[in-house]
Amino acid sequence: MRAFPTLVRRELGVHFKSLTGYVVMAAVLLLTGFSLVDLIERIRQMPYPAPVTELFYQTAYFWLIVLLVSPVITMRSFAAEKASGTYEALMTTPVGDWEVVLAKYAGALLFYLLTWLPFAGVLFVLRQVTGEAALFEPPVVAVTFFGIALVGSLFMALGCFASALTRSEIIAAMVSFLFGIGLWMLGYRPEASGVLPGWATPTLEYISMTRHMEDFARGLVVGRHVVFYVTATVLLLFLTQRVVESRRWK
Amino acid sequence: MEQGAPIIEVENLTKRYPGRTAVDGISFTIGRGEVVGFLGPNGAGKSTTLRILASFQPATSGTARVAGFDVFREPDEVRRRIGYMPENNPLHLDMRVREYLKFRSRLKGLGWRRGRERVDTVLQQCGLTHVSSRIIGQLSKGYRQRVGLADALVHEPDLVILDEPTIGLDPHQIRSVRALVKELGRQHTVLLSTHILSEVEMTCSRVLILHRGRILAADRTEDLANRLSLGGQVVAEIAASESAVREAFQDVPEVEQMDIQPIDGEFLRLTLVPRNGADVRERIFAEARERGWALRELTRSRQSLEDIFVHLTRGKVREE
Repeated sequence: MRAFPTLVRRELGVHFKSLTGYVVMAAVLLLTGFSLVDLIERIRQMPYPAPVTELFYQTAYFWLIVLLVSPVITMRSFAAEKASGTYEALMTTPVGDWEVVLAKYAGALLFYLLTWLPFAGVLFVLRQVTGEAALFEPPVVAVTFFGIALVGSLFMALGCFASALTRSEIIAAMVSFLFGIGLWMLGYRPEASGVLPGWATPTLEYISMTRHMEDFARGLVVGRHVVFYVTATVLLLFLTQRVVESRRWK
Repeated sequence: MEQGAPIIEVENLTKRYPGRTAVDGISFTIGRGEVVGFLGPNGAGKSTTLRILASFQPATSGTARVAGFDVFREPDEVRRRIGYMPENNPLHLDMRVREYLKFRSRLKGLGWRRGRERVDTVLQQCGLTHVSSRIIGQLSKGYRQRVGLADALVHEPDLVILDEPTIGLDPHQIRSVRALVKELGRQHTVLLSTHILSEVEMTCSRVLILHRGRILAADRTEDLANRLSLGGQVVAEIAASESAVREAFQDVPEVEQMDIQPIDGEFLRLTLVPRNGADVRERIFAEARERGWALRELTRSRQSLEDIFVHLTRGKVREE
C-alpha cells in the first residue's frame, strides 16, 4: 500500500483542478445558504425546543445535497480515467486493484466531507443569530456529522461502483443517482407500505435513511444503523474491486 | 538473471475476443539490449500483444514471460520491470510535468529521494527540464510524447514498451522522438510498435511483422531486407558507348535483365537486375576500371521494408 497516499492525494486534487469540483462546492454552498434562511424561519416558529440539526435533515436541502452531489463527486473516478486511457497507464504500474479502489473511494469521501464544512458555518451563524445555545449541543452536532459521513460513505461507494462499470461519466452519474434515489425512496415512508407483506415494513424501516438521520440528528448513535452503512459500503467496495479485477478474466 | 537470457519469451500466445481472434498463436523471444519493432497494419494485433506483455489484459491461451516472470501470475514483478507507454500516450493533462512524473514514480514504488533524483534525470534525458513546471495539457504533442517517454523510463525499467510512439506527430517531432528512442536503445531493451515501415528501418535492430494476429516474418532489419531483396536493382552511370557497355555485361551469368539509357553528355545509365539477389556492383567497377570508363555513380536500390511488407502480406492474403 505504498502508493495509497499518493493516489488519494491525486483523487482529491482532481476535484480542485477541475471545474466540476468547484461547481459541486458552489452548489453545496448555495443549498446550505438556502437552508440557513429556512432554518432561521423554522426556529422562530418552533413551538418547543429541539436540536437544530433535527430541523435541518427534515429540510429538502439535506437530501438534495446527498442525492444530487454524490453522483457528481464520484462519476469521474473510474469512468474518466477509462475514457482518457490513463486507466491503462495506472493499471500497468505495480499498484494493486484494492489499492486503486480504496484510494478512489477515500478521495471521493474526503471531498464529500469537505463540501459539508460550510454547514458547520451555517450552524455557527445560526447560533450567533438566535442566541439559543441549547439547540446547538456539541455532542448532537458531532453525531449529526457522523451520520452525514456514514450516509456519504455509502453513496461514495455506490458512486465508485457505478463509475467502475462504464467509461462514460454521464452513465456513471445516472446509474449512481438512480440507485441512490431508489434506495432512499424505498425507505422514505416505510409505514406506508400497506400493500406489501408483513415483513416488508421492518425491512424498509431498517434501510430507511430518513429514519437513520432522524436518530443521528437527535444525537443517537444506533448500532444497527452503523452496521447497515458499514456493511453496505464494504459490499459495494467489494463489488467495485471485482469489476476492476474483471478485466483479468476477459 | 544472467546476461544474455531473453527478456521476453512468448509462446503460442492467443487472444480471442468474442467473434474475433486478435492474436493467433504467436511465439517469439527478445534478448536483452535489442531494439525490436513490431510492425503491422492497424488491427494486426500489435497493441493487444503489448497490453498482454504489460499485464494489463490476460491472454486467452499461451504464455508470456518478462524477465522470467509470468505476466499473468506475477504481474507486479513484471510491471516493476516494464516501462510501458500505452497507445495514444494517455497523460493527466491537468498536472504539471514534474508533478506528473513524481506522481508516476511514486506509483512505481520509488521513494521520495530516489524519485526526485530519477525525475531530474529523465527530465534531462528527454529534454523536458525547461518545461518541467508547465501544465501538460498546454504542451505541444511532441512534448507530451516526451513526457510519456520520461514516464516509461522513470523507474529504470529493464524493458521499455512503446505503443505507436510517433503517431500523430509532425515530421519534426517524429524526428526528435525517434532520436530519443534510438538513444534509449543504448541502455534499455526496447519493444515498439508502429505501422510506419521507415520507422522500424530507422530505429530498430530487429523487426517482427504482424498481420492478422500472426507473425509473418521475424528477422534483423537488414537481413530481412537482404533476404527479400529479389528484384533489387543496381544502377551505374558510366561514360562509354552503349554498344561497349552492352557487350561487357550481356554474357555475365548473374545479370538477369539489362537496360541502358543515355543521359547527359557522354554518360549512360546502366540498370542491371541481378539473378537471385546477387551483388554485381564489384563486377561493374572491375569492368569500368579495365576498360578505362569514367564511373560517377554506383548504387544498389535496396528494397524498402514497404516493398517487403506488401510482398509478405500479399502472399498471406492469397494463401487464405
